[in-house]
Amino acid sequence: MPRAGAGVIELENVAYSYGGGELLSDISVKLAPGSFHFLTGPSGAGKTTLLKLCYGALLPTAGHVRLFETDVRALERDDVAMIRRKIGVVHQDVQFLDHLPVADNIALPLTVSGRHAEAAGPDLGELMAWVGLTNRAGAVPPELSGGERQRAALARAVIMSPDVVLADEPTGNVDWDMSQRLLTLLVELNRMGKTVLIATHDLSLIRAAKAQVQARVLRISNRRVQLAGADL
Amino acid sequence: MRFDLHTLRALLQGDRQADRVVPPTGFTAQLTLFASGAMAFLAVFALALSLASGRLAQRWGDELARTATIRIVAPEDQRAIQTTAALEVLSTTPGIASARALTDEEQQALLAPWFGQDLPLDALPVPRLIEIVVTRDGFDATGLRLRLAAEVPGAVLDDHGRWRAPLVSAAQRLRILGWAAALLILGAVAAMVTLAANAALAANAQVVAVLRLVGATDSYIAQAFVRRFTLRALIGSGVGVVIGLLAVWLLPTGGDTPGFLTGIGFQGAGWLVPLLLPLICAAVALIATAYAASRALRTLT
Ligand SMILES: Nc1ncnc2c1ncn2[C@@H]1O[C@H](COP(=O)(O)OP(=O)(O)OP(=O)(O)O)[C@@H](O)[C@H]1O
Ligand SMILES: [Mg+2]
Repeated sequence: MPRAGAGVIELENVAYSYGGGELLSDISVKLAPGSFHFLTGPSGAGKTTLLKLCYGALLPTAGHVRLFETDVRALERDDVAMIRRKIGVVHQDVQFLDHLPVADNIALPLTVSGRHAEAAGPDLGELMAWVGLTNRAGAVPPELSGGERQRAALARAVIMSPDVVLADEPTGNVDWDMSQRLLTLLVELNRMGKTVLIATHDLSLIRAAKAQVQARVLRISNRRVQLAGADL
Repeated sequence: MRFDLHTLRALLQGDRQADRVVPPTGFTAQLTLFASGAMAFLAVFALALSLASGRLAQRWGDELARTATIRIVAPEDQRAIQTTAALEVLSTTPGIASARALTDEEQQALLAPWFGQDLPLDALPVPRLIEIVVTRDGFDATGLRLRLAAEVPGAVLDDHGRWRAPLVSAAQRLRILGWAAALLILGAVAAMVTLAANAALAANAQVVAVLRLVGATDSYIAQAFVRRFTLRALIGSGVGVVIGLLAVWLLPTGGDTPGFLTGIGFQGAGWLVPLLLPLICAAVALIATAYAASRALRTLT
């Protein structure tokens, strides 16, 4: 049973450093189930780093990160793998297996968890249609445009029907129309009850989102995270 | 990578979908196939050498241990008397199954290769030979020598021990050498597969990162590599063994001549021993890859 008021992802007095000075200090953030958050801040502020802390790719140098109420330090390597199946991640520099067709790449989370893409057939088809990639299913990732890759990454992030979707600059290299389509997809996911966290420095994207969904904006500045006010 | 029945079953059943997550590596694959094939081919010869020397050591040991000779070196007029006396002594020596003096014709036949057919034996001081067949338990050579010295002054006992021992021990050494070579070859297979697996893991760091991101466990990732290398080692060494066996089979045999070179090969159930090689190579590859993968995956994040 989840603790009342527990977040799916909780950071408590977290600090992180890559070895030099602290990049992030004393950060406390709680993502409540079903919430929608933006994470913003200047380039190099540590958005990607904070996201990596949120899915157990990095361990905090101080403080605690709890994923689904388990401290990441207590996780075995296999537990991390299990948690990744509940947290869909869209990477900033989208990573695919370049030798497999897009459809197989999108189905990859199913494959590695022992469920087969064929079993998820209709779901996969629906998903491909949802992100508008139906007619690109057979292409390999290097053949896709930047926007197509971003959409494929989003489809892969949600195919396991994860509880949380973390997206790092999901609209990084797409035009305004495409970024609106991607945003709509993320908002739809949130309406389905998923917790969403989007890292972006694109303030117009945040404004556009605020019209559609109740989103909170976290801003990294001076190594700390603040809740951004209405000044956006 | 944890190793239990479940992983083993998954490994054997295979998973076509899972195999595809690691990109095909044509060249490395062929090198692994070739190297394990070559190793298995060599291992077949090492085994053939080893088994043949083992058989030889045993046969020489057995045959020579069960025969001995006595030479009667005495003046012409004494020879017959001393021969009879020696046979007398032998008939009362425990451990001797039978003893008999060679006839003139037989001695002539023995010497014929050197001196030709019509050697006048009685004109030459050729010693008389007594052939002894020993029982399985053997006889006391020292005791017999003492008795002969006392009763038959011209008798010299030759139990073949002098030249038998080094031959037998050489054959035994050769057998050990053969086994050592086979083991070294398996060690080389392990080293080669470990290197190849390490290279494959390093070359696929990006693939590993993607798999991690989408929730693949270490053992899933490791298995994709392990299965590949195990299969390559199995197929490569299978081909190597078949070719090696053919080569051994085609070696000329010397019929009944007890030569060493013509004796290299397999006999009876011995032919089955090399057939274990592909299985052993595959097991070695499996362990080596699993080891390499579990180490590499621990360091790759
Ligand atoms: N693996 C690493 N080792 C050392 N330093 C790193 C590493 N990854 C990131 N950094 C540094 O940490 C800082 C924060 O990086 P991060 O990627 O988190 O920033 P970001 O806010 O996502 O930036 P952007 O908006 O450009 O994506 C940068 O100065 C970067 O150079
Ligand atoms: Mg970033």
